[in-house]
Amino acid sequence: MIRLECVSKRYPGGSEALSELNLTIEKGEMVFLTGHSGAGKSTLLKLLALIERPTRGQVIVNGQNTAKVSRRRIPAYRRKIGMAFQDHKLLLDRTVFDNVALPLVIAGMGRRETARRVRAAIDQVGLLSKEKLLPMALSTGEQQRVGIARAVVTKPDLLIADEPTGNLDPDLSLEIMNLFYRFNEVGVTLLIASHDIELIRRMGRRRIVLHEGRLQADSEAGGQLHGTI
Amino acid sequence: MARSKNPRGGKIGIPGRMLGYLLRHLQNLLGALGGLWRQPLASLMTVSVIGIALSMPAGLHLMVENGRALSGGWESTLEWSVYLRPGVSESRAQTLANELQRRPGIEKVTVITADQALEEFRIGSGFGEALELLTDNPLPNVLVVQPSADAESAGQTTQLADELKKLGDVDLVQLDTAWVNRFHAILDTVRRAVALASAVLALGVLLIVGNTIRLDILNRRQEIEVAKLVGASDAFIRRPFLYHGLLYGIGGGILAIALVQLIGFLLKEPVSRVAGLYGSDYRLLSLALDEAGLLLLAGAALGWLGSWIAASRHLRDMDPEF
Repeated sequence: MIRLECVSKRYPGGSEALSELNLTIEKGEMVFLTGHSGAGKSTLLKLLALIERPTRGQVIVNGQNTAKVSRRRIPAYRRKIGMAFQDHKLLLDRTVFDNVALPLVIAGMGRRETARRVRAAIDQVGLLSKEKLLPMALSTGEQQRVGIARAVVTKPDLLIADEPTGNLDPDLSLEIMNLFYRFNEVGVTLLIASHDIELIRRMGRRRIVLHEGRLQADSEAGGQLHGTI
Repeated sequence: MARSKNPRGGKIGIPGRMLGYLLRHLQNLLGALGGLWRQPLASLMTVSVIGIALSMPAGLHLMVENGRALSGGWESTLEWSVYLRPGVSESRAQTLANELQRRPGIEKVTVITADQALEEFRIGSGFGEALELLTDNPLPNVLVVQPSADAESAGQTTQLADELKKLGDVDLVQLDTAWVNRFHAILDTVRRAVALASAVLALGVLLIVGNTIRLDILNRRQEIEVAKLVGASDAFIRRPFLYHGLLYGIGGGILAIALVQLIGFLLKEPVSRVAGLYGSDYRLLSLALDEAGLLLLAGAALGWLGSWIAASRHLRDMDPEF
C-alpha cells in the first residue's frame, strides 16, 4: 500500500527531516508511527498527502508513484486518502453533517447518496444524534470523532492520522483507537502517528519508530521492537 | 477509481453529468447570493463603488452622444452667407436671388438688404447710438443660400459654393459650418478622453473587485485549507469567489444604469427649457437598451475577471498544513 524507497526530505535552510528512509506497509495493515517531536513523523505523513515532496527517493502509494502526480492531479489523489488530524480541522460554522459531507460535496456526489453516506459515517462514530450541532457544541473527543467520520466517509483504502489522540484523555484515546481498529477490520489500511507509547503498546500492532529522520526500530504486529535503539 | 464512474460506483451519462454540473453552479450562485445577503453593508459598499465607477464613463458617453445628436441637427440647417460686392444694388440682389432659386441643388434663397442688416445690427449689437453717426450704410446686401437636402447628402455643397464664388457680383461666400466642424473636433477629443477614462475606471473596478475578493479569501483561509486537504480542486474552491465577483459586477452595472438614468431624469427639465429658449424641441437622450445591456455586461465581465485574478493568485499560495 505504501512503499518508501530511500526517501530524504530537506527543508530549505533546515536540517534533514527524513534521511534515506525505506519502508513498506502492506494493504490491510494497521501501523503506528512514533518517535520524538521532530523525528520526522509529520514530514512522512505530509509526503503521503502530497503536501510536501521528497527531496530524494520515491514514495509509492497504492501502486502510484507520487512524483508522477502533477499539481493539478493532487486533489483527485487526496480524495482517495482519508486524513485525520490532531486539531481535527473542522469548519466551525458548519454542522456536524455538513463537515462530514464536505469530501462528498467536493467529489460532486448526488444529494441523496451524500446524505445516506454521511449518516452512515456519523453513525459509525456514534454521533448520529448530534448531526445538526455545530462543532463547538461538542466535546473534544466528539470533535475528533467527527473528523474521523469525515476521513472515512469517502470509503478510502488508506487512512492516515496525525496525533489523533494528542488532545484527549486516556479513556477517550482508547475509544478513538478502537474506532480505528474497527475500520482496520473491514480492510482499511491505517497509518497513525502518535507518541502515546503506552496506548500503542496496548494496541498490539506494528510500530515504527523514527529518530532524527531515520528508521530506528520496526516491530511486527504485537512483537518486540527490532532495531538499534 | 475510473474517471467514467461517479462516487456512487455507477456510470452516469453525459446528460446526468451536465445536470450535476448545472446544479453545482446553481448551488454556488445561490450560495454567493446568500453570502452577500449575510453582509449587506459591506456588499452594498462594494457594489456602490463599482456602480459609481461604471456610471462615470457611461454618463460621459451619454454627454458626448447628446452633443453629437445636437450638432447633427445643426448640420442639416447648413447655409451660406453670400456677400455681394459693395455697390451692387438691392434690385440686382433680388434678381440674382431669383436666378439662384431656379438652380438645381438650391433649396431657398433669402435676401437680406443692407438696410435690413443695419437695422438688425443696430438692435442686436447695442451699438445703436454709435451707428447713428454713420452717414451711409457700410454693409453690403447679402443672400442667404440654403442648399437642398439632396445636394447636401450627395456631397455637392463644396462644388456649389465654388460656383457661387465665381459669380461676378459676389464678394465673399461664408460657410456657417466652420464652427460646427470645430465643435465636432472637440467632441472627438472628448470622446477619446472618455474612452481613456473608461479604461482607467475599468482597471479601477478590477482592482476593487480583486481586493474585495482577496480579503474574502484571506478571511476564509482555514476553510480553504481544509477543503484542499480533503481533495478540493482549485476550480472548486475558486467557483464561489467567481460568483461573488460576478454578482458584485452585475450589482454595480445595475446601479450604474440607475444612476445614469436618474441624472438624465434630473437634467430633463432644465435641458428642455434651454432648448425651448433656442426654439428647439431637443430632448435629452437617455441610455438605449443596448447601451444599458453593454454596461451590465461590462460590470459582470469586470467582476468575474477581477475575482478570477485575485482567486488564482491567492489560492495557489494557500497550501494546507498539519
